[in-house]
Amino acid sequence: MRDIHVQDIIAAVKQAAITANYVIGPDLLAAFRRGLAEEESPTGREIFRQLIENAQVADRECVPLCQDCGLMVIFAEVGQEVRIVGGEFQAALQEGVRQGYQEGYLRKSVCHPLTRKNTGDNTPAVIHTEIVPGDRLKLWVVPKGGGSENMSRLFMLKPAQGWEGIKEAVVATVREAGPNACPPYIVGVGIGGNFERAALLAKKSLLRELGSPNPDPELAPLEEELLAAVNDLGIGPQGLGGRLTALGVHILMQPCHIASLPVAVNIQCHSSRHREVEL
Amino acid sequence: MPKDVRLTPPLTTADVLPLEIGDRVLVSGVIYTARDAAHRRLLELLAAGQPLPVDFQGQVLYYVGPSPARPGRVIGAAGPTTATRMDVYTPTLLRLGLKAMIGKGRRSPEVIAALKEYQAVYLGATGGAGALISQCIREAEVVAFEDLGPEAIHRLVVEDLPTIVINDCAGRDLYDEGLRRYARTA
Repeated sequence: MRDIHVQDIIAAVKQAAITANYVIGPDLLAAFRRGLAEEESPTGREIFRQLIENAQVADRECVPLCQDCGLMVIFAEVGQEVRIVGGEFQAALQEGVRQGYQEGYLRKSVCHPLTRKNTGDNTPAVIHTEIVPGDRLKLWVVPKGGGSENMSRLFMLKPAQGWEGIKEAVVATVREAGPNACPPYIVGVGIGGNFERAALLAKKSLLRELGSPNPDPELAPLEEELLAAVNDLGIGPQGLGGRLTALGVHILMQPCHIASLPVAVNIQCHSSRHREVEL
Repeated sequence: MPKDVRLTPPLTTADVLPLEIGDRVLVSGVIYTARDAAHRRLLELLAAGQPLPVDFQGQVLYYVGPSPARPGRVIGAAGPTTATRMDVYTPTLLRLGLKAMIGKGRRSPEVIAALKEYQAVYLGATGGAGALISQCIREAEVVAFEDLGPEAIHRLVVEDLPTIVINDCAGRDLYDEGLRRYARTA
């Protein structure tokens, strides 16, 4: 067994929450630069120019990339040979979020669903934990904006609808999101599993490096087909018209019930923020 | 051809009537912020026959819930939030003389009709460019509903805040125009 102290977990989550909100990944920056070079619409190119400058200002001045610092989602992979010591694992993750949002001057965007009273510290985060082989703890710290989450959809298709039905669902979701969820998007698609698993797959697919092909040779061409279909919509950067409505479409798939074809579409705004930490 | 325009509130109909979709507008001077919760309170005050904390006549409203200011800074990140959620409240504020709104995302047919009726405009700022936009903000103070935190009404002094006309006084929509130009139908 390998011991990991909760204080180390708190510190790691706190730092990842802050960094994720200030610094965009090199893959996303590269996609903005490609957009600046390739977008046909002059207004669209101006948007890419602003997004690149925004990333530079955020990094240099320690200002969040976006004022919506998100509801925090944490994917945790806990090695089965890890022993958490010094406190509770889930509480440590929440404490890391609390400290990160306080000390990083990040906006607290979590409230009671009915009274709308703010919880004040951006907790509770949404935590997904998996037990995996090994003696490491891996955390993906993913602040997710409200605007893009609002435009995400779940479809319980009939098996007869097949790939065409999936494609229609993805295109319809992006069409409906239109300019509202801060395009250019990254579109996460979860296929299969069941009602809740499809949504989780869609969200998890967003963690893959932008611009990298899907490692599954069955899915890689399907992603390209969906990306082309989505970009044919013409929504463009910020919805002002253009070729680049999405920077990528990511699919995760797993088997489902013989009666079902669950499909979830998780819209990610261009402010795609996530940090990976290993302890 | 889109025009480059500078606007400084308070605005009159003569200021906004010549604006057309796609025009690039730099906003300077005093503007006010409000988002979901503040709108709800404003309309509750009106319904109760009570005075509003801000006179919206000729004013510009920015849909934003900024992140907290680090010590020594005016404000945190301060990009636009989705305007669509404010649609149900907007015609009432336009009736009170509001002349422009800054946000991102589509407005309802009711809001677009109200913009025509009351001669006002909806301007788009770049969503997700909150750090960049914060550099245009020179002063920020809470003027109402302080308990709402990021949703409180702030009075901002801005300089050359870059926006684009999404909906003009003629009822046109830049988002529809963009689709007409770039959509490829199978």
